[in-house]
Amino acid sequence: MSDNALPIHGWDKDPILTVEHLFMRFGGLVAVNDLSFRVGRGDITALIGPNGAGKTTVFNCITGFYKPSEGRLILGHGRAPTAEELDAVTLNGERGLSSSDAGVYLLERMPDYKVSGEAKVARTFQNIRLFSGMTVLENLMVAQHNALMTASGYSLKGLLGLPSWTTAQKDATERAKYWLDKVGLTERADDPAGDLPYGAQRRLEIARAMCSGPILLCLDEPAAGLNPRESLELNELLRAIRAEHGTSILLIEHDMSVVMEISDHVVVLDYGTKISDGTPEAVKHDPRVVAAYLGVDEDAVEAVEAVLDEATGAQS
Amino acid sequence: MDVFVQQLINGLTLGSIYGLIAIGYTMVFGIIGMVNFAHGDVFMVSSFIALICFLLVTTVMGITSIFLALAIVLVVAMFFTSLMNWAIERVAYRPLRGSFRLAPMISAIGMSIFLANFVQVSQGPRNKPVPPMVTDVIVIMEREGYQVTLAWKQIIIMVLTSVLLFGFWYLVQKTSLGRAQRAVEQDRKMAALLGINVDHTISLTFVIGAALAAVAGTMYLMYYGVANFADGFVPGVKAFTAAVLGGIGSLPGAVLGGLLIGLIEVFWSAYFSIEYKDVAAFSILAITLIFLPQGLLGRPEVEKV
Repeated sequence: MSDNALPIHGWDKDPILTVEHLFMRFGGLVAVNDLSFRVGRGDITALIGPNGAGKTTVFNCITGFYKPSEGRLILGHGRAPTAEELDAVTLNGERGLSSSDAGVYLLERMPDYKVSGEAKVARTFQNIRLFSGMTVLENLMVAQHNALMTASGYSLKGLLGLPSWTTAQKDATERAKYWLDKVGLTERADDPAGDLPYGAQRRLEIARAMCSGPILLCLDEPAAGLNPRESLELNELLRAIRAEHGTSILLIEHDMSVVMEISDHVVVLDYGTKISDGTPEAVKHDPRVVAAYLGVDEDAVEAVEAVLDEATGAQS
Repeated sequence: MDVFVQQLINGLTLGSIYGLIAIGYTMVFGIIGMVNFAHGDVFMVSSFIALICFLLVTTVMGITSIFLALAIVLVVAMFFTSLMNWAIERVAYRPLRGSFRLAPMISAIGMSIFLANFVQVSQGPRNKPVPPMVTDVIVIMEREGYQVTLAWKQIIIMVLTSVLLFGFWYLVQKTSLGRAQRAVEQDRKMAALLGINVDHTISLTFVIGAALAAVAGTMYLMYYGVANFADGFVPGVKAFTAAVLGGIGSLPGAVLGGLLIGLIEVFWSAYFSIEYKDVAAFSILAITLIFLPQGLLGRPEVEKV
């Protein structure tokens, strides 16, 4: 199972997001325990694990919902930051640095609205969080708030109807229409978002996240509650997002058929620690993953551990 | 008939002023779920700012055109009142935002007492008069010596209110700032995750509410010709009643409620007894809360299971 000549994966060469020694403690409970992994640029990366493994906590740390107890979350725009750049940012206490061709952002230092606005990380939730009282189109326009605010001179130009605002408004509407079309909701643009059926709300949430122009899209169980046909459509949508927009995707998923089908890279968590990391094929056959998922009795654990010891012994 | 028309005009004027103040209540409630009890006093302070500014403009600067003076007063009052309300939010409410629900409300009551007392101490407890600003009237009807008049100042108040309401409605419904406000209202955390600066948006809500209160304060000063430190309380509570009557959180509701409260108060004074006009207005609040808790235009909260 573990190769002697370790293959160099894409996510090691050009990571968009590097999670380093992430800890998240809630009082005495350690939800995430020394987690490190990389998300490759342009990859679809899946974060999987049994219930309560800490997957959503990791998401919450990445998107500024929680402040991690310890650890560094490095997001690289354009290309992976060099070690010198990284040290410079880390030591001078800045939230991030950006130059013409690249940008480094330390997400753990940023307030939530900057993670989206500046670092360009968007997310969706396990339980849908649309603005249900606003129309479908408005939901997509809200996501473009930052661009519009700058263009509109904090709405002053909007009130006066100046041309620069009109253009910005038109661009934003165009973008919203594009995504409505992409998720097949054009017909319902002016309905309140809360009136949509469940599957459509899920698609709208993804469209809304994409309207904020992210370079990394974090999806928390996007296929939850979808029927098989909707699930297939979701796979298509995610592939299209990656292919046409170059957005890297990090997703939490329970549906193994989705995970194995679309992801390039799988990270497995159990009790807040990483137990496996690799291609879907490699992860699927990892005995630790099998044990964590299926649950095994004491003897089997010992047997698996013996195999593991042997494997690591052979490697060293 | 003639008395009725006259009272209708008076009621709509008073109602416009209540409506402008009510918007401040309803917006703040909508976005942070707090009843800003200091809002009535912000309105009162704004009429003092308008008074000081009016006297400065007419005496020191010697501007004789009353409309120019009024325009300057309006802009200055809006600016300083907004600045004040921004500061109030910053020092008295924002630090308590993560706290239990009643904390900011208590802080608001404290702020209300502070503002009223500050004005009492610095400006004195007596009514401060201004010379009549706009005195022209139009006689609409005349029968048996009773004149139905429409004063120019009433026209100014109604027109200005309508224009501001339209501008304001446009801001909330059509611009990106308004969308952000509504988004923050519905789900603050999600709005932040879409890149909206929630603190800014809330501050701006206070600034807009104060600007409208300043317009109301200036109009109040022009209409009645006096400012008093205690004038924040009763109009403030009436405007709050208006906001509840119209459905708190709903902007058209605030205006509708304001107009209704103004009309009820004026008609009650005219046909029944002037002493009980406040009782009439507040009875409406009680009746609304019993029979129509969500107000006239408010949406009932539907829990989706």
